Amino acid sequence: MWQQHLAILPILVPLFAALLQLLPWGDRPQPKRRAIGLLASILTLVLSIALLIQVNQDQMIVYALGNWSAPFGIVLMVDKLSALMMLITAILALPVLIYGCYAEDNLGSHFQALFQFQIMGIMGAFATGDIFNLFVFFEVLLISSYALLMHGGGKFRLRTTLHYVLLNLLGSALFLIGIGTLYGVTGTLNMADLATQIQQLTGDQAALAKAGGMMLLIVFGIKAAILPLHFWLPQAYSTTTGVVAALFAIMTKVGVYAIVRVYTLIFGPEANELAFIAHDWLWVMGLITMLAGAIGILGARDLRLLVAYLVVISIGTLIATYSLNDIATTGAMLFYLIHSTFITGALFLLADLIAFERGKTASRIVSGKKMANHSTYSVMFLVAAIAIIGLPPLSGFVGKLFILESASPNGTSFWLWGAVLGATLIMLISVTRAGSKMLWHTLSGKPNEQSAPLGKRAAVIMLLALSLTMTIFANPIRSYTTDVAEQLYDIQQYPSRVLTEGEK
Amino acid sequence: METLYSVTVGVLTACSVFLILRGRSFPVVVGITMLSYAVNLFLFSTGRLTIDGAPIYGTQETYADPLPQALVLTAIVIGFAMTAYSIILAVRARGEIGTDEVNQQDNSTEGNR
Repeated sequence: MWQQHLAILPILVPLFAALLQLLPWGDRPQPKRRAIGLLASILTLVLSIALLIQVNQDQMIVYALGNWSAPFGIVLMVDKLSALMMLITAILALPVLIYGCYAEDNLGSHFQALFQFQIMGIMGAFATGDIFNLFVFFEVLLISSYALLMHGGGKFRLRTTLHYVLLNLLGSALFLIGIGTLYGVTGTLNMADLATQIQQLTGDQAALAKAGGMMLLIVFGIKAAILPLHFWLPQAYSTTTGVVAALFAIMTKVGVYAIVRVYTLIFGPEANELAFIAHDWLWVMGLITMLAGAIGILGARDLRLLVAYLVVISIGTLIATYSLNDIATTGAMLFYLIHSTFITGALFLLADLIAFERGKTASRIVSGKKMANHSTYSVMFLVAAIAIIGLPPLSGFVGKLFILESASPNGTSFWLWGAVLGATLIMLISVTRAGSKMLWHTLSGKPNEQSAPLGKRAAVIMLLALSLTMTIFANPIRSYTTDVAEQLYDIQQYPSRVLTEGEK
Repeated sequence: METLYSVTVGVLTACSVFLILRGRSFPVVVGITMLSYAVNLFLFSTGRLTIDGAPIYGTQETYADPLPQALVLTAIVIGFAMTAYSIILAVRARGEIGTDEVNQQDNSTEGNR
């Protein structure tokens, strides 16, 4: 019975958890709120796994909300890609929430509820099969992110939040114009139906749809932080609290997901006049984004800013690889996406821990006193650095290997090889410089007294362990992401599944 | 009617773009509010403009598309909430930082600390 509603449960569980957390829970509400949050996160994780298994059996789950059949009603369309992204979100959310439960949530009000609303918005954005519904879930996750970015307060956060909010309001307006244009031309908002309607457009109508489609690219570009729309990211991620930054590791991936979804399904191989309208742009922008990120990490004098620019590089890698546009590269891109989500989450948390234990020097890349748990953090940083740079033997290396292997060097993908390997070299220089400066060249004297709770360290280790797991199980994961990519490029099945199953 | 409508949307958008490009947060917030009005009007017109048409099929000869109306309603609600939030944020930034400038550089080195 409940399996029937499996597609919507990962959205409903965080929603109800957040609503419960908002209730007044007496004098000491925080422990109860934490318990609800952790329970909800575990439940969401279990449900996401169940959903992935179910989707593997049925290929795709179409859930007509209110039983209004597509294309008239709104449907949730969970295919393998959606299920995979939802699972990544759930896996990332649990360690981050555990970290947050160690008093991080006392820095401002309603952290726990906002966290769950954020998860709800992200899950919804991955699950929906309706482009206007995508806008609504984008707003849900954005509104929570506005408040979370401010978490902890302070001047710097206030200003970066103001920038972030204004930029994203502009993005939302553009999103609506893009959707409106597409609706005006095709008369539908359902993504699968849009895919069939787009094929029949010619001449002026096609030009209008193209304008709408390119407008959507700007919106998703802001979310994913593709050059030249990435300027908000380094500031926002480096000034906010570590736990929020770690959760936001999935936020840029929402943008990447939206790009993959819209420019494969709607403006993809079957779209006749409008086929692949975005790919040439994505190719160039992806490569330049990597360059911008590389320049950023060379100049960063703060560990958190360094990690923020590492996010920019990974986004550039993902976008450029996706724009090569075949099943093998998209599969490799998805593998790298999973890896980079977990490892950037771990790095943001680790930077936060190091900043806390170093005391006065915080996360600035300068020599400081020894930390209370100096050797633990040094080992953790070493593991995280190896994974993010892409040195053997961890998942970053495997991910980059898959990308380079799938983009075998011929005319254009030659540039990808150069960019990925060049960026890796610069990452190697910057990250080792940061590590040796902060962890090796310590000042003599007594180490700092303050020590972070064990649970916080355990949360980071959980995320790092995921990288190790991805290394060991690289082959099954890779073959699964290739499966996902195969389904993604099989455009025909989407309209046939969505538009017929909705009628049941 | 179509001309008047499109000119209205166009002028609103143009003014809002001008305001958004200002360097102070107040004009930017006003600009974004105006842009959301323009977007709402634009969304409404995507179902084509009909006069005297009920949004129900079959009752009259002319009927209006009900979907854009629902979309506009959603967009208004979200836009309204977000405008309120950004105004609060701008006011707090004015209070705490002491200036309305969006990019005011003060002597503390921000970010790259």
